[in-house]
Amino acid sequence: MNLHEYQAKTLLQKYGIPVPRGQVISVAKQTPTVTSEIDSHAWVVKAQVHAGGRGKAGGVRVVKSTAEAQNVASELLGKTLVTYQNAPDGQPVNQVLIEETLPIARELYLSMLVDRTLERVVVVASSAGGMDIEEIAQTSPEKILQEVCSPLNGLVDYQARNLAFKLDLVGDQINAFSRMLKGLYRLFKENDLALLEINPLVVTADGKLFALDCKMSVDDNALYRQKALAEQRDWSQEDSKEAVAHHAGLNYIALNGNIGCMVNGAGLAMATMDIIKLHGGTPANFLDVGGGATAETVTKAFKIILADTNVKAILVNIFGGIMRCDIIAEGIITAVKDVGMKIPVVVRLEGTNVALGKEMLKSSGLNIISADGLTDAAVQAVKAVL
Amino acid sequence: MSILVNKNTKVLCQGFTGKQGTFHSEQALAYGTKMVGGVTPGKGGALHLGLPVFNTMREAVRQTGASASVIYVPPAFAADSILEACDAGIDLIICITEGIPVLDMLNVKAALKANGARLIGPNCPGVITPDECKIGIMPGSIHLRGKVGIVSRSGTLTYEAVHQTTALKLGQSTCVGIGGDPIKGLNFIECLQMFEADDETQAIIMVGEIGGSDEEAAAEYIKSHVTKPVAAYIAGQTAPAGKRMGHAGAIISGGSGKASDKIRALELAGAVVASSPAGLGEAVLAAIQHKASSPN
Repeated sequence: MNLHEYQAKTLLQKYGIPVPRGQVISVAKQTPTVTSEIDSHAWVVKAQVHAGGRGKAGGVRVVKSTAEAQNVASELLGKTLVTYQNAPDGQPVNQVLIEETLPIARELYLSMLVDRTLERVVVVASSAGGMDIEEIAQTSPEKILQEVCSPLNGLVDYQARNLAFKLDLVGDQINAFSRMLKGLYRLFKENDLALLEINPLVVTADGKLFALDCKMSVDDNALYRQKALAEQRDWSQEDSKEAVAHHAGLNYIALNGNIGCMVNGAGLAMATMDIIKLHGGTPANFLDVGGGATAETVTKAFKIILADTNVKAILVNIFGGIMRCDIIAEGIITAVKDVGMKIPVVVRLEGTNVALGKEMLKSSGLNIISADGLTDAAVQAVKAVL
Repeated sequence: MSILVNKNTKVLCQGFTGKQGTFHSEQALAYGTKMVGGVTPGKGGALHLGLPVFNTMREAVRQTGASASVIYVPPAFAADSILEACDAGIDLIICITEGIPVLDMLNVKAALKANGARLIGPNCPGVITPDECKIGIMPGSIHLRGKVGIVSRSGTLTYEAVHQTTALKLGQSTCVGIGGDPIKGLNFIECLQMFEADDETQAIIMVGEIGGSDEEAAAEYIKSHVTKPVAAYIAGQTAPAGKRMGHAGAIISGGSGKASDKIRALELAGAVVASSPAGLGEAVLAAIQHKASSPN
């Protein structure tokens, strides 16, 4: 789950990390209150969307007056911002963050994440701030610094100093950086973050450190114990069908093809997309219904798939596992009737009582094509949309 | 032989009296797994499915001499269960639970390393040696004892691999579902190593998916350490970048974790990579024939 910049910065402040003075607004006419409270010779108005590349897309603008700030705010609010990361659909701007501008002397990069190979929390820093870290990794890998935190000791002082000196920080900045890093580590652990990225971390003309931009994402598995963060989730930033599926307890990801997929198990669901492509079709979605595949979950899944008007056929691929195929077939038949299915449904079943399950599908009198195996299912589904 | 588990493996169940624990323990008993009891704190002293229930793992291990434990407890308590099993001296811990916070798993992995215990999972179907020992949620009936060792990040794709090797009468020596989480216990390399050393295993199927670089690491290992034929399949060739595809670990991020890179690495290592999930059986046959015609 991603947080907005303004939410992340509130969290940073709680842990003593300096951020520019700022305030978030959702109505442009609130602008004068903000600019009068935050005296500055110029301000920056930042669109709050869950995507990188906001600056290039015109979502981050420096303004010199209150009137200009209000104009930009009213221009951005309610608009859909399309950046290279969220193209082609873009995401709605429901808030803008107005901040003071700072005299920037240097831009650094700083992030924390869980490295799955090392199985440790890792701190990554670079003197090449303001750029995409993958770009730095490509062009100048020597500029990427890393410290690995042990689960026992966490991030310790010498590691912070290692980074501070390599980043060419001087004088008071060394201690300020160490304090900042330890605060960030505490924040990362206490809030179950999966990623914390400050880019850029700036050194001002008078030698102070500020987190100018911040991206945080929270480990989805930990949301049950991070209730305050879970409540901050902004569903408007996510695909509406994905949001509905999430609330129904289904794993759904929208794609842009025309064959809807309903599968049990994440691996098989990905493999089903792949096999459709292999046989010349394009999948409309990823959908894992989980082990149950009862009439109720299948009905919910069908409704979500059908909400996508591009879908011209549905491929149901269930490896029965411990649940019997006749019970699954019954669930599918009930669901097809229930949603008043108008497009063909190709069903591939495998597992216990598969013959009985297939027979039930065939004799249902509904628009259900019972496939013989995985390949046949893909071929039939592709044929159905031609 | 087989790897990890056999007919003599004594198995405990954590979360024994819960709905999942009860259902899958019944299935395991019916399959012939040597279940010796289970743990549900507060229900110690009772009998469940004809087996003793204990309050703590320490007591359960002392009373039963179990060496393996399977965990069916909710995600909020699963890390604690793994640590408890580890502390009680269990050698092989199988955690079925999906949804354990990543930071918990970092601590768990450090503890496992210190104690030398092995973990399968979390977020996995478990492990099975056909006709001898089934630990987990896989359907026993699709298996056939035989010569292919299977290791997979995905549950239902393990079943596909099993189904196809059963249909071809190749059968399976042991199937290990290593799970779909980014931080997990046994990985491909450990399983490849065990299959390579196992007399009964004559070929290996490895099923990977997008996310991370474990398949690339496995490919390196295959190149230098595995003499047996290897077939593979990588799920997620059509998955978009930046989206988590169901499994917590299945995500292409920052240009890494792509299916195409994994496929290329495995092919370079000499594995036969199936382009379709329906082609796993044929791929392992092809790998066996290829090795037979050009042994190295």
